[in-house]
Amino acid sequence: MSKSKSAYSTPTKLGKLDTHIIVVWVDNEASVLSRVVGLFSGRGYNIESLAVAEVDHKKNLSRITIVTTGTPQVIEQIVLQLKKLVPVHKVANFKREDKNVIFKEMALVKLVANSAKIKKALNACKKYNPVILDKTNKSVVIQITALRREIDKMSKNLKPLGLVSVSRTGAVAMTRGAEIFN
Amino acid sequence: MGKLYSGAEIVFKCLEDQNVDHIFGYPGGAVLPIYDELKNHPSIKHILVRHEQGAGHAAEGYARSSGKPGVVLVTSGPGATNVVTALTDAYMDSVPLVCISGQVPTHLIGTDAFQECDTTGITRPCTKHNWLVKDIKDLPRIMHEAFEVATTGRPGPVLVDIPKDIQFAKTDYSKPKKEKKIKERFQNRFTQKDIDQLINLMSKASKPVFYTGGGVINSGPKASELLRELVSLTGFPITSTLQGLGAYPGNDNQFLGMLGMHGTYEANNAMHDCDLLINIGARFDDRITGKIDEFSPKSKKVHIDIDPSSINKIVKVDLAIVGDVSDVISSTSKTLKKKNLNLEKSNKQKISKWWQQIEKWRTKQSLSFINSDEIIKPQHAVQRLYELTKNQDTFITTEVGQHQMWAAQHYKFDKPNRWMTSGGLGTMGYGLPAAIGVQVAQPKKLVVDIAGEASILMTMQEISTAVQYNLPIKIFILNNQYMGMVRQWQELLHEKNYSESYSEALPDFVKLAEAYGCVGIRAKNPNELDEKIREMINVDKPVIFDCHVDQDENCFPMIPSGKPHNQMLLGPKDQEENKITGKGKALV
Repeated sequence: MSKSKSAYSTPTKLGKLDTHIIVVWVDNEASVLSRVVGLFSGRGYNIESLAVAEVDHKKNLSRITIVTTGTPQVIEQIVLQLKKLVPVHKVANFKREDKNVIFKEMALVKLVANSAKIKKALNACKKYNPVILDKTNKSVVIQITALRREIDKMSKNLKPLGLVSVSRTGAVAMTRGAEIFN
Repeated sequence: MGKLYSGAEIVFKCLEDQNVDHIFGYPGGAVLPIYDELKNHPSIKHILVRHEQGAGHAAEGYARSSGKPGVVLVTSGPGATNVVTALTDAYMDSVPLVCISGQVPTHLIGTDAFQECDTTGITRPCTKHNWLVKDIKDLPRIMHEAFEVATTGRPGPVLVDIPKDIQFAKTDYSKPKKEKKIKERFQNRFTQKDIDQLINLMSKASKPVFYTGGGVINSGPKASELLRELVSLTGFPITSTLQGLGAYPGNDNQFLGMLGMHGTYEANNAMHDCDLLINIGARFDDRITGKIDEFSPKSKKVHIDIDPSSINKIVKVDLAIVGDVSDVISSTSKTLKKKNLNLEKSNKQKISKWWQQIEKWRTKQSLSFINSDEIIKPQHAVQRLYELTKNQDTFITTEVGQHQMWAAQHYKFDKPNRWMTSGGLGTMGYGLPAAIGVQVAQPKKLVVDIAGEASILMTMQEISTAVQYNLPIKIFILNNQYMGMVRQWQELLHEKNYSESYSEALPDFVKLAEAYGCVGIRAKNPNELDEKIREMINVDKPVIFDCHVDQDENCFPMIPSGKPHNQMLLGPKDQEENKITGKGKALV
């Protein structure tokens, strides 16, 4: 048995990791994003994706949607620590598997290819609400909205069809039905 | 339109409205307008330190001994970066500080101007909140909000960064109305149902223990009184963390002493074997819990804390009560009385076996040490200091290391706010400036910094501050010429390879004291110790007391890292009697 020479305890077994979507309503003020992100990096939490924008100009509120992974204990800590930040108004926490919540990401994909390939590409995107934002003889920019893994799959599938560039947002979330989160 | 005030004036107006009477600071280019304004506000006294870290720790000592927030004033750039250690220290130990820092003028921010740094960026992780004031109109609101954030909920440091042009700019100011806008997050969230549940657990327990922490002190002197009442109502044993010392009288029979890495045998074993653990205002720190998987395995756990994020952070608890400690204790005692549950009597039978067990552990006398006639044992020095100062209201600060643990073990506190030590961050050099802050807040009281010779050299310059303001603090150095705790770990865990832990080329502390214009006293053998300590107490000047102690003494008892509470390493006496067996052997 090798003995520990650390002044600290040795790490104990890790729990099961879950993916959660955490929604944070914050005052839209200078450095508020770095407070939120700094909390994650400072305490060793993950950020898989991040989406931020002002949602209420009058009340000066921004909505931050963070996709993160952690043990149930870590997720609970993330929520409680976020609530302690002064500019944070409220925090919502959803499991990715939650059926009552819609998650969406958006991507812009640019293809440089002949029209046959472009047609094929559009066809492949059909399920993901494709919108053609720009088109020339040899290129196209398509907007799709889908789940993260679907976009992952699409960008793989579109490679042979002339995909040259992808720009993606982080996930945003909304509850289903008439219910709103308070 | 009313009178217009400059930003610098507004800073002082706010300080006056917050009833601030002392600020600790150091001037510099970017705060000159504020320093210029100082002369117009005689009710606010400025204490000039010698290094901004000292200002921060002094403000901490001031805050912890008085219950009021400490205020720090520093300049931009190095002024702000020097105070970062103190801010982090205050953040870890939940000490309310308001730090005001100067900043380069707004039009120069981001240009790498002289003495510019990203102060709010640097201090963001070590404050509860911070503000960069970009518009003079925001200044009054931010200043008052700063005090509110620092002092409500779990207290902590905040920082307000004020660019120089904002200090000159003018706006109107009106005293804020006493509006109750304390956010929901800072309020009590417990209900009577929680209290009933707690009482239910208490009446069922046969091996209960209270584990109390700094939260009791932070909740105000009333909380300590209420705690004493609750402990006596229940008849339960009580142990305390390092920060909680003084909330309950150290020489009371129900008190088991401090727990944790250097806690007593009875306290740690009680934590391990109990069936009900009631945590009041403590945070399951790793120096307390030891190996987390084997921490108090058989107990139901209750956690009372004002900070919801402290709950279930490290140890999963069965009952969480979020609220101010004094409110929770007072509800609990009230309910106990109303239900006419005198637990002490009704439970006596049930917990008498538990007390018998505790008495058995007590016979180990885990704090004992082998005294000597020839050389001063550091524990003996602390004990003598306690005996000779216990009859007056004494305030103790410490640095960090062995001397800190010996002070915690052998100095018995019976009132809150008398014990100031850096627990969370473990900042060497904390004690001297903290003692200055304490003495400022408690001008007539005896203030002693129990120090080590290595720690004291980190903030030695502040003795000059003490001399300047006639603050008769006593620096009681347990001088073993080693960074003692480092040496102890090296002896026990690194095959006695004393790498860089010997304090080479130490100054002559008596001459050093004289050079600073204070009094130096040296004690080298046990016979002269008492007389010298008396001499120190009777001098109405700052004193540096150089107490030469045994170089090889280790701090026992000790829970080695990665071990549970019931596997303690006891002192040399125990080792002689029992020979080291089992788990202990792997370590020595």
